Amino acid sequence: MWKYANPTFFLALVARVLPWVAGLTVLLLAVGLYMTFFVAPADYQQGDTVRIMYIHVPAAWLSVFCYMTMAASALGTLVWRHPLADAAQKAAAPIGAAFTFICLVTGSLWGKPMWGTWWVWDARLTSVLVLFLIYLGLIALWQTIEEPGRAARAAAILTLIGVVNIPIIKFSVDWWNTLHQPASVFRMGGPTIHPTMLWPLMVMALAFTMLFLTLHLMATRNEILRRRVHRLTMLAAGSGESDVAGARFADQEA
Amino acid sequence: MKSPLAALFLREWRLARRIGGGGAMGVVFFLIMVTITPFAIGPDLNLLGRIGPAILWIAALLATLLGLDRLFQADHEDGSLDLLRMADTPLELVVLVKCLAHWAATGLPLVIAAPVFGLMLALEPPALAGVTASLFVGTPALTFMGAMGAALTATLRRGGLLMSILVLPMTVPVLIFGVSSAAAATDVSLSFTTPFLVLCALTLASAAGAPFAAAAALRNLGE
Repeated sequence: MWKYANPTFFLALVARVLPWVAGLTVLLLAVGLYMTFFVAPADYQQGDTVRIMYIHVPAAWLSVFCYMTMAASALGTLVWRHPLADAAQKAAAPIGAAFTFICLVTGSLWGKPMWGTWWVWDARLTSVLVLFLIYLGLIALWQTIEEPGRAARAAAILTLIGVVNIPIIKFSVDWWNTLHQPASVFRMGGPTIHPTMLWPLMVMALAFTMLFLTLHLMATRNEILRRRVHRLTMLAAGSGESDVAGARFADQEA
Repeated sequence: MKSPLAALFLREWRLARRIGGGGAMGVVFFLIMVTITPFAIGPDLNLLGRIGPAILWIAALLATLLGLDRLFQADHEDGSLDLLRMADTPLELVVLVKCLAHWAATGLPLVIAAPVFGLMLALEPPALAGVTASLFVGTPALTFMGAMGAALTATLRRGGLLMSILVLPMTVPVLIFGVSSAAAATDVSLSFTTPFLVLCALTLASAAGAPFAAAAALRNLGE
């Protein structure tokens, strides 16, 4: 495991894996969107608006999945002090915020025709909104603390505090009587959703997961490279050398 | 000889009392919040009586948060935080005592002032009692949660705003159960004990958990 956590090895791995992951993402998204719009049946009550589900539900899953990825990286930061975990943590926050935002916006667009309102203050919607706010707070914290190692540990502590919200999101539809419907896919006794709708949903969920993986790998790689550039710039500035580009080139050669 | 924690409590209490920005200022801020709300929503006493507990809770939440950004910052600036960190007393206990002292100096005056300000919002006597009781057991949770944010932002020059952004989402449950127990005090059809006990549980849980998170964040500052 430690071999994979080495940033240089990680960069090499990403360079090899990324084209395949990205290609798979495009393929799955294409298939999933085709199924969403042409294969999946319209709902007998909701008509074509039910197709929002194929974006909304995977985005909601990914918003939580991304947070759990971030929390796992936070443990890596706090327990093993690993720089790769720092980078993975930082890279996940904006992606998670984006998925949560998509989830909220599509839910709102879906809610207007179905519930007759853009927004209700029920437990599920509110807890997801709090998740979005926590993401924004984390991004703000990352941007405010200049020293990367310290920022990573501060963000890790905040991430782990925010984990409290995840079970609240998951069980909000069971604990409170909400307008939002309860879980219909991952539940005891099997999914209550018809297979003709379940399959497109599953393909879209997989596509979103691959999309997250692609974006997260890219963002983590960029963060590692950004830190290297920063360090080399500082070194160059410290030694009175102005040829930063040359230093970068030399690093790549090495 | 005094125990170190008692000495720390007294020190924090004296600092909060003698240096500006302590309890009295928090109460003044509380009063101003209560005063400007009727200007915004109109002086309808029925409406104010209905949403009064919520106004008092939001005002107390903001007043608590505003005072908290200096909780560790001042100690960081004059170096006493380094001494506290190197002392034999566990940093978690230090954080806990600092929070308790801070609450006693700034949170408790808010609780005491709440019934008086509640009269201005035309609250009925049961509602006054309910909101005061819920603030009494609920505001410590705000202090503990705020301490986590204060520890994370202690070295930042403009940490106050960031601290509010970090902490306010976490305080949502406290606000929900605080206001609902205050509202249940006037409405006989609602149970007062359930939200009130949940509020107690939130305070106890944050008292147990927050010192660890805040102490971890404070150790991070010194590295």
